[in-house]
Amino acid sequence: MKEKRDLKIQAIENGTVIDHIKAGEALNVLRILGISSAFRATVSFVMNASGARGKKDVVKIEGKELSVKELNRIALISPKATINIIRDFEVVQKNNVVLPSYVEGVVRCTNSNCISNSSEPIKSKFSVLQSEEEGVSLHCLYCEHVISEEIAENLL
Amino acid sequence: MLFKNRHVISMKDFSREEIDYVLDTAEKLEPVARGEERSRLLDGKIISLLFFEPSTRTRLSFEVATRRLGGQVLNLGSVEASSVMKGENLADTIRVISKYADLIVLRHPLDGSARMAAEFASVPVINGGDGSVHHPTQTFLDLYTIRRESHLEGLKIAMAGDLKYGRTVHSLCHALSLYGAEMTFVSPPELRMPPEIVRDLQKKKIRVKETDSLEEIIGDVEILYMTRVQRERFPDPEEYEKVKNRLRVTGELLKAADPGLKILHPLPRVNEISPEVDSTPHARYFEQAFYGVPIRMALLALAMGVIE
Repeated sequence: MKEKRDLKIQAIENGTVIDHIKAGEALNVLRILGISSAFRATVSFVMNASGARGKKDVVKIEGKELSVKELNRIALISPKATINIIRDFEVVQKNNVVLPSYVEGVVRCTNSNCISNSSEPIKSKFSVLQSEEEGVSLHCLYCEHVISEEIAENLL
Repeated sequence: MLFKNRHVISMKDFSREEIDYVLDTAEKLEPVARGEERSRLLDGKIISLLFFEPSTRTRLSFEVATRRLGGQVLNLGSVEASSVMKGENLADTIRVISKYADLIVLRHPLDGSARMAAEFASVPVINGGDGSVHHPTQTFLDLYTIRRESHLEGLKIAMAGDLKYGRTVHSLCHALSLYGAEMTFVSPPELRMPPEIVRDLQKKKIRVKETDSLEEIIGDVEILYMTRVQRERFPDPEEYEKVKNRLRVTGELLKAADPGLKILHPLPRVNEISPEVDSTPHARYFEQAFYGVPIRMALLALAMGVIE
């Protein structure tokens, strides 16, 4: 059994491993990173894998190191994710994601009357806040609407 | 205080000191607004009024404010006859008008449109109301009215009517919180103040009370700010019929009021203030409408840098 599990989360030679993603959020992580069919690097992921702290998702991107700024967007939906930069099979850098204070073009404003949902040549812009009571919330910089619960559902 | 070339988009962009400065400037300009003194402060300046939806009072008061200061007004005209109907986006319209005018006043149905316009404009933008969120010049004039007719610091104010959808009361709450006002919200249960606004005020240690009865509070407030229950907000006409006359200021109600009580209303009103109230010293809503002129004069002059 152990060998099979190891295969699932096998090490890569060079690239980025995003670990401890909240279970079930791997596909949203790919969306946040803008990884689509046009993406050239090899990407693999595991959903609902067993980890020491319960179920988790893992995403591996081979041959590409993503910027910290790009990766920090993941904190919007998975604040406990960790980022490992791999070179020659070794983890050369390990960081926790940090919630960015601002995101642009990542999430759609849920206010249907917001100018950012029209055909104007702009991207959505949000300031990001975190509180103990309400968790992560996004404040639209155009219409001041607040999104706190449905962030993953409104990823662009 | 630096106001030159500054956009006026949301009340949340202004500190208490900056608001006071705008109100002080309006007070100095009031004789000009009344036509008692002449001014050429905006001589040679062109103010573009871009109104993508009708708002006669706001447009006229900006027009009067500009003309009283010696400036010229450039009107978009009807949207139907403009490039908008050819499919031009707002961003391009703003970029073009920036080349023609020295300042843009924008009224637009989409939320956040003024904020976006400010990104594309090379001249100051004043938000004349965007969607259902912001109408900062209305809030400035409400504050000015309260200061002229009563006082701002530690004010006891009741806001009544449609508190759920009324954008004027939402930004007024925020602005008054800077002055430590004590606020009472009077509405039918269906139209209560959004809970996030109440929570936000409570976090700022503002005393907030909620009720559905004007009789209960009328003897204990200095300002009563009435709003219209908006028929268009109700998908079911029967629901509107149920609440439309629930809160009404009448001569009878005012017998229990403090003699110094002042009643404000952003207008237009429907049934919420009985005409018999108009001739009482409590009624200040028509003067409130006038105060829009000195306030808009102050904002124009400050944003153009002709008053510093």
